[in-house]
Amino acid sequence: MKRLTDKELAELEGICGSDRVKWREEDRHSYSFDASFGRHLPDVVVQPLAREEVEEIVRFANRHLIPITPRGRSTSLSGGPLPVKGGIVLDLSRMDGKLKIDTDDLVAVVSPGVTTARLHREAEAHGLMYPPDPSSSSVCTIGGNIAENAGGPRGLKYGVTKDYVLGLEVVMPTGETIRTGGRTIKNVTGYDLTKLIVGSEGTLGIITEAVLRLIPKPPASETLMAVFDDIVDSGRAISSILAAGIVPAKMELMDRACMEAVEQYEPSGLPIHSDALILFELDGHPAAIAEEAEQIIRICERFRARDVRRAKDETEREELWRARKQVSPAIARIKPTKISEDICVPKSKIPEAIERLRKIRDEYKLHLVVFGHAGDGNLHPNILCDQRDKEEMRRVEQAVEAIFRTAIELGGTLSGEHGIGTMKSPFLEWELGPDGIRFMEKIKQAWDPNGIMNPGKIFPRPGQRLVLSDD
Amino acid sequence: MTESKSNLSLLAYNETLSCVRCGYCLPACPTYETMGSETDSPRGRIQLVKAAAEGKLNDLDSLAMAIDNCLGCRACETACPSGVRYGQIYESAKRLLYAERTPSFFVRFVRTCLLRTVKHKGALKLMGMLLSFMQAIRLPQAVQKVGLDRFLPAPIRTIWPALPKIPHPLALRKESRPIQPPSPGELTVLFFQGCVMDVLYRNANLDSMRLLKAAGIKVIPFQAARCCGALHAHAGDEKSARELAKHNIEALERLELNYRIDYVVNAAGGCGAMLQEYAQLLSDEPEWRERAKRFAAKCVDISYVLLDSGNQVKWRSSADSAQETVQETVTYQPSCHMTHVQKNRSAPLKLIHSVPGIRYVPMENADMCCGSAGIYNFIRYEQSMDILDRKMEALKKSGATTVIATNPGCMLQLELGLKRAHLHDKVKVVHLAEWLAQHVLDLSNRSNRSTSQFENRRNCDE
Repeated sequence: MKRLTDKELAELEGICGSDRVKWREEDRHSYSFDASFGRHLPDVVVQPLAREEVEEIVRFANRHLIPITPRGRSTSLSGGPLPVKGGIVLDLSRMDGKLKIDTDDLVAVVSPGVTTARLHREAEAHGLMYPPDPSSSSVCTIGGNIAENAGGPRGLKYGVTKDYVLGLEVVMPTGETIRTGGRTIKNVTGYDLTKLIVGSEGTLGIITEAVLRLIPKPPASETLMAVFDDIVDSGRAISSILAAGIVPAKMELMDRACMEAVEQYEPSGLPIHSDALILFELDGHPAAIAEEAEQIIRICERFRARDVRRAKDETEREELWRARKQVSPAIARIKPTKISEDICVPKSKIPEAIERLRKIRDEYKLHLVVFGHAGDGNLHPNILCDQRDKEEMRRVEQAVEAIFRTAIELGGTLSGEHGIGTMKSPFLEWELGPDGIRFMEKIKQAWDPNGIMNPGKIFPRPGQRLVLSDD
Repeated sequence: MTESKSNLSLLAYNETLSCVRCGYCLPACPTYETMGSETDSPRGRIQLVKAAAEGKLNDLDSLAMAIDNCLGCRACETACPSGVRYGQIYESAKRLLYAERTPSFFVRFVRTCLLRTVKHKGALKLMGMLLSFMQAIRLPQAVQKVGLDRFLPAPIRTIWPALPKIPHPLALRKESRPIQPPSPGELTVLFFQGCVMDVLYRNANLDSMRLLKAAGIKVIPFQAARCCGALHAHAGDEKSARELAKHNIEALERLELNYRIDYVVNAAGGCGAMLQEYAQLLSDEPEWRERAKRFAAKCVDISYVLLDSGNQVKWRSSADSAQETVQETVTYQPSCHMTHVQKNRSAPLKLIHSVPGIRYVPMENADMCCGSAGIYNFIRYEQSMDILDRKMEALKKSGATTVIATNPGCMLQLELGLKRAHLHDKVKVVHLAEWLAQHVLDLSNRSNRSTSQFENRRNCDE
């Protein structure tokens, strides 16, 4: 891929002004990574503040056939914001001017650089809620959430980002701007391009504005914790709870290795000899959820839960959630490198998936812990390793392959909420088949004839394999 | 700039591998907020240090640009879910750059003036006298009046007049008295006065010692101590930092031959953090490792000691006896190194809340650095002022008329910020110890000595 000439850089500076066009060595390195693997230096970083600037930059890139990689705050775990072919990194995190809440229409109109946490705060201030809540919400941007179709723990009851995007303003790879959808829940006018763009990982255009659906904030919540000696029992309990008509806002699962890690990091009396821990959060009318909490306790006890606790107040609620919050820091202490995987299986297959993940752990002799969102079958097997140990990293690569194979064999998917990016594209065909990929490529080709928009993502190169290395 | 391979090994490479690049540090970083670039974020800097250590940077100047923009406030450490010790990565880069680079004339000038002076008690006293004399003859105002100040570099031009009124060092000598041996069972502490703190904010030190005495604690001024070495460590001058640390450790050990010392108390958040980090600083010297650990374990902030249950009773009783109710809206600007290195968040707040009748209002983003950061406001003046101006917006929004601080650097910077925001007639900056002393010790009989910095500054301005 060719490098940008001085003349081309000057042209970009003409669009954005020199202080928002960054090409020094320290800038190129600082925009070379995300929270996954690999380092790819862009030629230049451009920070637009308005749609008009984005249009001009995209037209410029399309004219000169320069790759362009859109990026929010680069918290991606799949390689979405990596400029694998160099060129321009389009940093949209500073484009955060608009955040308007409309309490009559129950929508928010936002610029892509607005952080998810800021939207949460603003919606709550109006008695409303924007449910998607990825764990990076204090950092990540709405633009990135939409591009990657971010999820979070509330998927079962509230769905994921795609369920809240009503309309989008998108700068197309050829520089035109289109508006998709609108600000109504019902809208069947033409193809649903909104849904196509959500989760397209920046390969189909640049999101410059979004209309998001908000819902009334539930007035109360309840938190419960249940511990099981056998993970299969916990799976049955979950199925029974759902069959009883209870839909918890969150159902978070931690396996034994996870509890052990947390206990080692900061002892808090977790039952480390038990097999599974489930945290429930109910939200809704206080009387309704109090009744549901009682039911959950009865069902868990019926399925031989060793211990069930219900938080009586805010302090106890925090205490129960603390264990879950400690997972990340706790497992980070085990070994320096963390591979955070993200498979999703049908709910009924969770116990079997966990069994098979444990076999993978033993077979490849790795530190593997499992936690995840039990309500929607989204599991996060995390492998802790050391990237300096090349031999171990080869085993990790094989284990990751085995994890994906397991997900697909159980009727699940490669990615619940992290996206394909560069990390999972080698496995895409397993799930989609060659024709599935071919028709997706046709869409890409029609939208982006010059292939400038986030190239090297989703679609595998011939013979591409998973390589977990920063070099 | 050419770097030798051996110097690259100074970088804390292994520590950079602990960073999983999740970005949770971004919202905590003041320079990421003001500069809006990943280059000026903790995650960006860590990855640059990593790239440099791997020999992947063509030019070490790229690293210098990013590292010099860092305040070293360490708010990212508190935010990090993986426990990355950013301080070690940052200071390792500082050491490399200190060894490799000849800084600009101005930076060398500031370093020489400050870093060398604070190392020596005599030089420090001289600086105090000089500043005090300049203030007495109203030199800053005179220079300003005839327009000569435009020839001064911006940081000096603006920070100089913001200095608090400095008491003449000779006038202070009377206050030192011989040490009385403590009675058995009495809690005995050494009071670490610091260097800049003792020149610029001596009243805060004196009030700290008065508060400790009022709490029934035997206080011995730690006269033999020299500067804690924080400014040197943060600038990359590790040799001086080690030298000062060893001096102070030995000084404590000598005193301990005669007294049982329970704590070494200080009232400066940055110095306190450095004293506690001696253990880390000297961990690679077998002869010093254990001694440094022992020393560090004794170092605590005054707020901790004052909150200590047994002592608090005595101290609170004097607060309760204060008849007057205070009509004041206060807010608190924590020192970064007190919060993120000493991990002391709640003690100062609890003390503030213990004073009857005050109205406490939290400041938005109080945990964010004010931009002082050692000598950052001198050598990265523009960047520092951007950060400071945001702090002033938050302060204004809080509606407080008093801002309480716990570190000399913060206090000086806040004074400067108030001037820039034209708030200096409405809001005063005061050290926690001074404020407490005024409210719990002086309320019934206000003495002249403990005039607030507010009044001091006005004297200086007139």
